[in-house]
Amino acid sequence: MLATFRNWALDEMPSSRRQAAWGRRYRTWLALRANPLAMIGLFIILTCVILSVLAPLLAPYDPAAQNLELRLARPSIDHLFGTDELGRDILSRILYGGRVTLGMVVTVVVLVAPLGLAVGCIAGYFGGWVDTLLMRVTDVFLAFPRLILALAFVAALRPGVESAILAIALTAWPPYARIARAETLTVRNADFIAACRLTGASPWRIVARHIAPMCIPSLTVRVTLDMSSIIITAASLGFLGMGAQPPSPEWGAMIATAKQYLLQQWWVAVAPCVAILLTSLAFNFLGDGLRDVLDPKHS
Amino acid sequence: MSGRIKSLGALLGSVLATLFGLAIVTFMIGRVMPVDPVIAAVGDNAPEAVIQRTRIEMGLDQPIVVQFLRYLGDVVRGDFGNSILTRNPVTTDIAHYFPATMELATYALLLAVVIGVPLGIWAAVRQGSLTDQVIRIVCLAGHSVPVFVLALLALLVFYAWLGVAAGPGRQDILYQDMVPVVTGFLTIDTILAGDWGAFHDAVSHLVLPVSILSYFSMAYITRMTRAFMLEALHGEFIVAARAKGLSGARVVMGHAFPTVAVQLITVIALTYAGLLEGAVVTETVFAWPGLGQYLTISLMNADMNPVVGATLLIGLIYVVLNLLADFLYRVFDPRVK
Amino acid sequence: MLSRRQFIAASAAFPALSYLSMTKVFAATPKNVLVVAQQLDNMTSLDPHESYEAVGSEICGNMYQQLVSPSFEDPNVVEPQVAESWSAGEDGKTFTFKIRKGLKFSSGGDLTAEDCAWSLQRCVALNKGPAFILTQFGWNAENVAEGIRATDAETLVLTTAEPTSIGFLLYCLSANVGSVVEKAVVSANAVDDDWGNGWLQKNSAGSGAFTLQVWRPSDAVTMQINPNGGYKGSLERVILRHIADPSAQLLTLQQGDVDIARNLTSEQIKTLQDDPNIVLLRKGQASLVHVTMNVGHEKLKNPKVWEAVKWALDYEGIQKNILSVTHEVHQAVVPKGLPGAYDENPFQKDSAKAKALLAEAGFPDGFSIDMDHYSAQPYPDIAQTVQANLAEIGIKVNLLAAENRQVLTKMRARQHQMILAAWGTDYFDPHANVDAFCINHDDSDDAPNKPFAWRSHFKDDAVMAMAIAARDEKDPQKRLDLYVELQKHLMHNSPYAIMMQPFTTVACRTGVEGMRLSAISSGHSYTEVTKS
Repeated sequence: MLATFRNWALDEMPSSRRQAAWGRRYRTWLALRANPLAMIGLFIILTCVILSVLAPLLAPYDPAAQNLELRLARPSIDHLFGTDELGRDILSRILYGGRVTLGMVVTVVVLVAPLGLAVGCIAGYFGGWVDTLLMRVTDVFLAFPRLILALAFVAALRPGVESAILAIALTAWPPYARIARAETLTVRNADFIAACRLTGASPWRIVARHIAPMCIPSLTVRVTLDMSSIIITAASLGFLGMGAQPPSPEWGAMIATAKQYLLQQWWVAVAPCVAILLTSLAFNFLGDGLRDVLDPKHS
Repeated sequence: MSGRIKSLGALLGSVLATLFGLAIVTFMIGRVMPVDPVIAAVGDNAPEAVIQRTRIEMGLDQPIVVQFLRYLGDVVRGDFGNSILTRNPVTTDIAHYFPATMELATYALLLAVVIGVPLGIWAAVRQGSLTDQVIRIVCLAGHSVPVFVLALLALLVFYAWLGVAAGPGRQDILYQDMVPVVTGFLTIDTILAGDWGAFHDAVSHLVLPVSILSYFSMAYITRMTRAFMLEALHGEFIVAARAKGLSGARVVMGHAFPTVAVQLITVIALTYAGLLEGAVVTETVFAWPGLGQYLTISLMNADMNPVVGATLLIGLIYVVLNLLADFLYRVFDPRVK
Repeated sequence: MLSRRQFIAASAAFPALSYLSMTKVFAATPKNVLVVAQQLDNMTSLDPHESYEAVGSEICGNMYQQLVSPSFEDPNVVEPQVAESWSAGEDGKTFTFKIRKGLKFSSGGDLTAEDCAWSLQRCVALNKGPAFILTQFGWNAENVAEGIRATDAETLVLTTAEPTSIGFLLYCLSANVGSVVEKAVVSANAVDDDWGNGWLQKNSAGSGAFTLQVWRPSDAVTMQINPNGGYKGSLERVILRHIADPSAQLLTLQQGDVDIARNLTSEQIKTLQDDPNIVLLRKGQASLVHVTMNVGHEKLKNPKVWEAVKWALDYEGIQKNILSVTHEVHQAVVPKGLPGAYDENPFQKDSAKAKALLAEAGFPDGFSIDMDHYSAQPYPDIAQTVQANLAEIGIKVNLLAAENRQVLTKMRARQHQMILAAWGTDYFDPHANVDAFCINHDDSDDAPNKPFAWRSHFKDDAVMAMAIAARDEKDPQKRLDLYVELQKHLMHNSPYAIMMQPFTTVACRTGVEGMRLSAISSGHSYTEVTKS
């Protein structure tokens, strides 16, 4: 069955748009598969997602269950990663924490990428005062000290995951707008766009159906590469007590509270650190692989 | 000629517009922050009458638009207000704290570029090999671990265990106030004063925070260098150069790198601006009296004059660096219109 | 990079650098300088009549003297300092102080009764945050020149509006607001009519053991020995270095780059207990960690709910496991170490009893409530345990962490439901806390006074009457008894679940001796510190 799909997709002379599209996607996948680091990254991410989804089944303890007698215990058979400052099992908190952290990151991306894409494409295509105005706004947000804006936002709204997401999204969207605009500028004078205009397509239709898709590869690359910095920003917010609220096991907040025990009970910080490290690395490898594969300037 | 003036005017206008936008946003943040700055001024236990009086003295009873206009009026005259916490004019504070952060950020950037760019080139030339993978992993790791973890571990290993670097702080107490302030950069001022002991001391205190910050930003620089180099190396004229029989190194450095260098300028500019405002955590762990710390403490206390002042400064630097990068890009890369 | 020792050794090889060997830095800090690692980022002023927060008060306490000061050994005793004796007039409103002869300020000027009068007048006239400690006796900018006068170079006369207990007055005068500053120097530096406030925020003009050399905000404070003051040891300077991170403080202490570390955490202190190079000093602080309920909230109106919460908390568990070195259980509103303190802790964790009380109050299935708390450690840990304790009796707590000042702002605006916070005592008298927690004359939103009790809509006339009676009682022993009665009553009739009282622990390297700690931060003293 797989073989039939393969042959159909890799057909040199596709007979429908759908076949051509699938062929392109399959070829992209094959190219990606050839990149070992990207595959490792993908594997790690999928593992994280699966572990997070299955957390209720896999976690040995309730992540919020305190055991004050057994706080800061070293890793042992009972507690594979040890316990934190309130006696909660760290392994369980890592598993549940994956949901919070990954959830935050995905939500930010879902908010940020479309916004940046829209702003950038509109600014690039329409030019003139629309461009100037949108780019000024983008510049203001870009020039703003990132952590400060996020801090102020989170402080103004209720501290918690939702506010942290909004705050990070507000500071993360400008680069996407700039990328989309840069792509739009190089593409908007191309022949096929002129052809679309000749056929009477409205500017909005051109932007939405023809220009925006051209920007998606660069944005995808940027998104995956940004994931790690979003995770770190969320951790910094947790560091300042502004992200996910206790007893929520967000990885950044876990490291933040482990900071004071770093020198004596180092294992409390190691597990969430490694979790963040692996996830960031994974997203970075995947992003690099995707860029190698999707960037039209390449092949 | 008038076209030049016009475009220069437009440039200036856009810079001012960005700064104005920054000022408004920051001011609004100050209003929206659910912290009462009066508490920082007189304390939580102060009686109600004192609080009301202080509120009026600080001009906080006026509508926000009035406050903003008054602030703008002062700014035009060069008065950025006073800080509630330090009791100094904001300009004095920034002149004191900013050089410390700039010294840190500048050396960190230099180190990141000096190490990161060659690594990126190397990784690109050896694309796919083990060297490539190792370089990428090592660089990415620096960007994927929270800065304070790296900082504390570095203090533990290099300061406490090995004793090869100095501890938190910018200077040893022996050298405090011993060297006249000229630029605010201790490394430069101590050389100007001829005080080698103080110079060594300043350097030994810089080593750890600079290394941490540069490791943190090296990831981005190395990655972008590698990406640009790969693009350049696959370009057509490179193929032509190779076809002519030029050796590898000459191709890489002579032909590919110059294109890359131009693109790197933007990256470096962005990184520098990011370092300036991202040094907060490093400054906290290393007790570095810099702008990041000043900005954060003021923000936490809703002491908005320092926050707006510092934000405008960082914003200005960012805008200028961006313009410079854009300008150089336009000059050297004819593809962009 | 060279280590300090390698560098010194290497520099000996170069004659041009031999001046370095004169510093003889083989010990890490010089013998005549005391270096202290401390968090200094909360300071806003070093003017003793304005400073209200702990670190600023402590530094002022080392630079200035007051008329009297509480004894280190026995908090119930007040000792003469600038005043050598005092007496009360028959009307109970006039108090005469005899000023000690021969005291000098750091500038060399003589300390006279005129300086004392001017200083107290200044405090009242400036009317900054802590001025209420003096203005509560009826003085204000208009009448202060009459109410506080120096009748001659050695006599100071204070006249209060109402008859006042002399014990109470003395304790208030012992606070930083009663600091004596040098009139000549401070008024010479006055700008417009600021009484020298702008200058004194960053300079000193006192008679204490130290003078201020420089204050660099969030960086360092350097004090020098006052040549005319009472310091007799071997030090010449005391440098306080701002190091915000406790782990960083610990490392510098262990390396010997600082002599004293002030902000170490519980875990770090525990590891230092066995360290032969470190000596730990500890003193209970007049501060309270409490969970307060906003009586204005519909679910928190019933006193049975207050009682239920108090019986649900695991005081012992929290203290033993999270706060073992840094706090002790204390459930009364006057902190231990102050006169009139009540040391019994009747509440213990009894979930069954708590649940029953909650049911009696009309909430057999519990309810949901928000609790604000500081985001700085150890408050999140305490909050999470409180959350777990209350969950056991059916109260589902939603935790809201925020910066210190943000939490305070919210509370002042009466927008909290439950709140976990700390309250620092302003001066060394039981009335300091009782006033704030118990006396609320007007509970409306625009009341002229908004004390701590007002923030949580706590207005109980019986409790207020007890508090006022205790304040005005003239017999010192009876006064203390009245405060004990009040606290016993308050424990079961108030929305304050007082939990803990902190210790301050100071870690010194061996050889550094003589630091004295007091229950109030303005009393922490370096006056007798020596380094061997």
